[in-house]
Parts: sequence; C-alpha cells; structure tokens
Amino acid sequence: MADVKGASYRERERSITIDIAGDEPIIGTDVATGADLEPEHELMTINLGPHHPATHGVLRLLTTIEGETVTDIKPIIGYVHTGIEKSCEDQQYWKAITFVERMDYLSYYFNAAAFCMAVETLLEEEVPTRAQYLRVIHMELNRIASHLFWIATAALDIGAVTMLWWGCRDRDMVLDLFEMSSGQRLHTRYFQVGGVFEDIPPGFERKTREFIEAMPARLDQYAALLDRNEIWLRRNKGTGIVAVEQLLELGVTGPLLRAAGNPWDLRKAMPYSCYEDFDFRIPVGTVGDNYDRYRVRLAEVRESLTIVEQALDGLPEGPWITSNRKVALPPRHELATSMEALIHHFKLVTEGFRVPPGEAYVPIESPRGELGCFVVADGSAKPARVHMRDPSFVNLQALAPMGEGGLLADFIASIAMLDPILGGIDR
Amino acid sequence: MDATGLELVAQRVRDGVGENSVVSTSFFRRQATLEVAPASVRDVLEHMRDRDEEPWEFLSSLHGCDYLPDEPRLGIHYQLLSMERLDRINVKTRVGVEEPVVPSVMDLYPTANHQEREVYDMFGVVFEGHPDMRRILMPEDYEGHPQRRDFPIGGEPVLFTYNEKKLPNWYG
Repeated sequence: MADVKGASYRERERSITIDIAGDEPIIGTDVATGADLEPEHELMTINLGPHHPATHGVLRLLTTIEGETVTDIKPIIGYVHTGIEKSCEDQQYWKAITFVERMDYLSYYFNAAAFCMAVETLLEEEVPTRAQYLRVIHMELNRIASHLFWIATAALDIGAVTMLWWGCRDRDMVLDLFEMSSGQRLHTRYFQVGGVFEDIPPGFERKTREFIEAMPARLDQYAALLDRNEIWLRRNKGTGIVAVEQLLELGVTGPLLRAAGNPWDLRKAMPYSCYEDFDFRIPVGTVGDNYDRYRVRLAEVRESLTIVEQALDGLPEGPWITSNRKVALPPRHELATSMEALIHHFKLVTEGFRVPPGEAYVPIESPRGELGCFVVADGSAKPARVHMRDPSFVNLQALAPMGEGGLLADFIASIAMLDPILGGIDR
Repeated sequence: MDATGLELVAQRVRDGVGENSVVSTSFFRRQATLEVAPASVRDVLEHMRDRDEEPWEFLSSLHGCDYLPDEPRLGIHYQLLSMERLDRINVKTRVGVEEPVVPSVMDLYPTANHQEREVYDMFGVVFEGHPDMRRILMPEDYEGHPQRRDFPIGGEPVLFTYNEKKLPNWYG
C-alpha cells in the first residue's frame, strides 16, 4: 500500500540524523522531501522497545525526539500476535474459552466472561443468579489483581521498586483465592458457558473476607508511599493530558476516560451479570493527567472491594451452572446411574454443543475499558468468527496525543499510565 | 433499541442518504443490525453521527468477518454506541473478495484507524481514504489475509534460528 504520509516507517527508521563525528554542524535531513533541516530542528528517531520493561511487553514505539521533547510517536505492534482469534475458529465453543483467556493475560476472567456471555446470548441461555454473583466476585477480584499489577509495574517504570514488591505481594493474595476456587492461579478457565465451573469451596468466603479486610490498609500504604512522593508527582502531575473530547473520538474507555472526568462505566450504564444489584461509585478525575489516572485506578480497587463484599453478603443459594444438559456437563455422580447423563456427557465432550446461526456483540467493562466480544455462529459446534474488541488495542491510539510535546521521561510515565497489555493488543 | 426503533432508524437513513443505502435490517437476540450498501457506509455513518435525530457519537468497535460460503463473503461491522441514550446499534456491510473496497470512516471516527488496519490485515478489505492503510498485526511482508475462512490454520513453518535463512520472505 502506498503511504500517503510520505515516508514509510522503514524510511523513518533509518532517519537517524545525529552526527557522530561532532566537528561538523549537525544538519538533519527531512526524509519526505530530502531537504536539509535547520540545525535547531534536528530530530532523532529512536526505537523504544520492543524489548524493554517500560514498554510492558513487546510494544515498539518509533519515537521522534527533538532534544528531550517527543515530537512524534508511531506504535508498531504485532510482535506477540499468535492468531488466537483464528485458532478459536478451529475449537469447539467450550474449548475456545481457554484460548480467549490468553489474550489479555492480566484480566483473563473478563475475556472468558465476554466470550461466554456472547455465546449465551446466541444460545439464549439463562445463567443462574448464583453463577452471576460468582462471576462478579471473580471479575472484581481480577480487576483488583490487574490494577495491583499495574501499580506495581507503573511505579517501577518511574523508579519506585518498593511498589513492585508491594503490588505483587498483594496480588498474590488474589491469586491464592483464584487457586482456591479453580485450582489455577492464572488462566483459570473458571467461567463456563451457562455459569461457572464449580461452586466456591468451603473457606473461600472466609479467605476473601480476610483479603477485603486487609486491603484498605495496604492501599493506604501505597498512598503514603506515592501520593506525596516528589518524583512521582513531578512525573505524573500535569503530564499526558488529553482532552475528553479527543479521548472519545479515539474510542478510549475505562479508567483513562474516567480520569478525564467522563463517568462512563458499563457496569453502571448498561449493567450485565447482576451488577445492578450492587451499590458502588464510579471514581472520576478532574484534570485527566497521569496523576488522576493513578488516583482513579486506586479508587476503583476500593470500590471493587465493596462490590466483592456485597456479592458475598448477598450470594444466593442455588445452582452455579445452567441445568441445560445440552450446554453444560451433567454432574459427575449422575454418569454412574443415568444413561442420558452419559450420552450428554459424551456428546458434549466429543462434539460440543451447537449454537444456532447468528451474530452477537457483548461488551463488558474490563480493567482497561470496554472489552467486547463478537461471535458469529454458523450452526456448527465451532464459532465462525471470534473477535475481541480489546480496550488496550483501541486505547493505544491515545498514546501519541498523550506523549507528543512532552518530555521523553514523562512519556515513559504515560505508557505506564495507559496500561497497555500487549497480549490483548496483538491477540 | 427495539425492532420498531430499528425500522425508524432505517427509514431515516433511507430518507437522509438514499433509498438504496439500506439493504436490510435484522433484530436478533435483542441486538439491532442495519445492513447498508458498501459504497454508502461512510454517508450512512455520517448521517447517523451528525444529522440523525438520535445521534450515535461513539464507534465502540469495528470488526470484519468472513461469511464463507455465503456471498458476498466479507462483512464489516461498525458497533455504534450512544452514551446518552445507553443504546447500541450494529451497522454492517458486505463486500465480495473480488473487489473488497469500502470508504474509510476514520475522519468521522478517528478510533477506526487501528481497527480498519486490522480488518485490512486480516481480511484484505481496503478502506479507501485511510491515510495509512498497511498491515498492523502481521509482518509487513506477509502474504495473504489470515482470518479469511479459506486461509488454512497451521501449515506455516515455525521460524527458528536454524531455518530462518531457508524460509522464504523472512530473512534478507
């Protein structure tokens, strides 16, 4: 494809205009026209990433800088593209859950939930209330874990190594809970089409309440460490500001949009999965700088804690997965006595369930914004198309307006505050 | 949005853009879909964003899919969202693989930038008017559009150090 902007990024990559020898005046060349630039307009094109801890994965940023000021940013992605969407087309619906979980690897419960809800929409399958509550508990715990890992790595980018240990230490408590309920710490595959895999075990509630008890004090510790930290404030206050109108044009959702003052949250606006039962607030920022993004995310952790607590308090009794044997496996003990259960089990495990033809788009609020799953069914037991509208992929477009015109060091903070997950971007 | 509301939207689009702009409407599983002619996608979305009495100001997602063996094969979906009315509508259009060209909506919704590039990359749909129409996820020298249904899964050799010079299009 012809590049109408002039220079392709391969050419831009070669446009490093620094003069190593040093005795000649430094004159850069404009790649598009070939003309010499004025010495004071000397630009340098550098690669940030793809292999660098501050790029949160394998994000490559072709950055043009003038002195310390960033003038242009081109994100180059695809380094961890593994074709998960394509692989899903070759899997039965219930096996594809395993694949979609591995997209955004910090919010696996959300990927699974979006996919399962899309398939449930196509099947018109009712999910029992207890399963909805269990989903909410796990999604909110996952949101906390994701934000904790974000604060750990974001602070590390700015030099606060303590925060890395603290964030990972507290995230470990959430992973322990996941291990209790599903046996896995990451990529739990706990959500199923029609409900959840298993009821929560004895002791899960007590351990979760202990976590809810302990967490606010930990959040206060973070605040004490960071809120008045000189380096933290200098890097984050007033940097990376993008107007809320531009964010909306760029399709940005999630904490980034809320930090700019727009209280858009799908959990409140278009509730799914029983979120209308819970009383929680939407933290919003005022300025929309990196500091607001930090405060909004930490406030969201507190709100998630109250949601988990309310869901534990109001957890209804009942089944945790649909009783429709065409979709969900029969209980194990029935296999010994019931021929029908055995047939259902065999059909589900070998062929899977068929989904009537149609297409559905189901969006949910992930820790990074609107995570939408679009599923096209063709009537067979395998999806014809699975597409994830990953919030990191869309939000990444806001990186250039966040960084341009600012200092390179502030730009590193902006990458961290954008919270891109490359597994979700590249899929 | 209900089925009646969808018909009203479709009628307003027909009045505002042209009689042939709307191909069909469908209301499936409580989700409204408006299928439009590929050439008028941009006009329809411009109408729905700016001139419709119920404006859709936010493009939440844009994705492609392949309806093989149905014709026309490729579908492009625009998931529109109204944050005020808390409503969604799916505008979709279908093009054949022989001439997969639709107008770009990037000037209306700048968020379409990455997403149109992804659809181009995966399905080979060219968005006319997009300022930077090149691959985004696959390597730039990749051949074919892997999300098409007739593109096989697997069969592509895995790149290792020992075979990287032997594989075509990878090295040098």
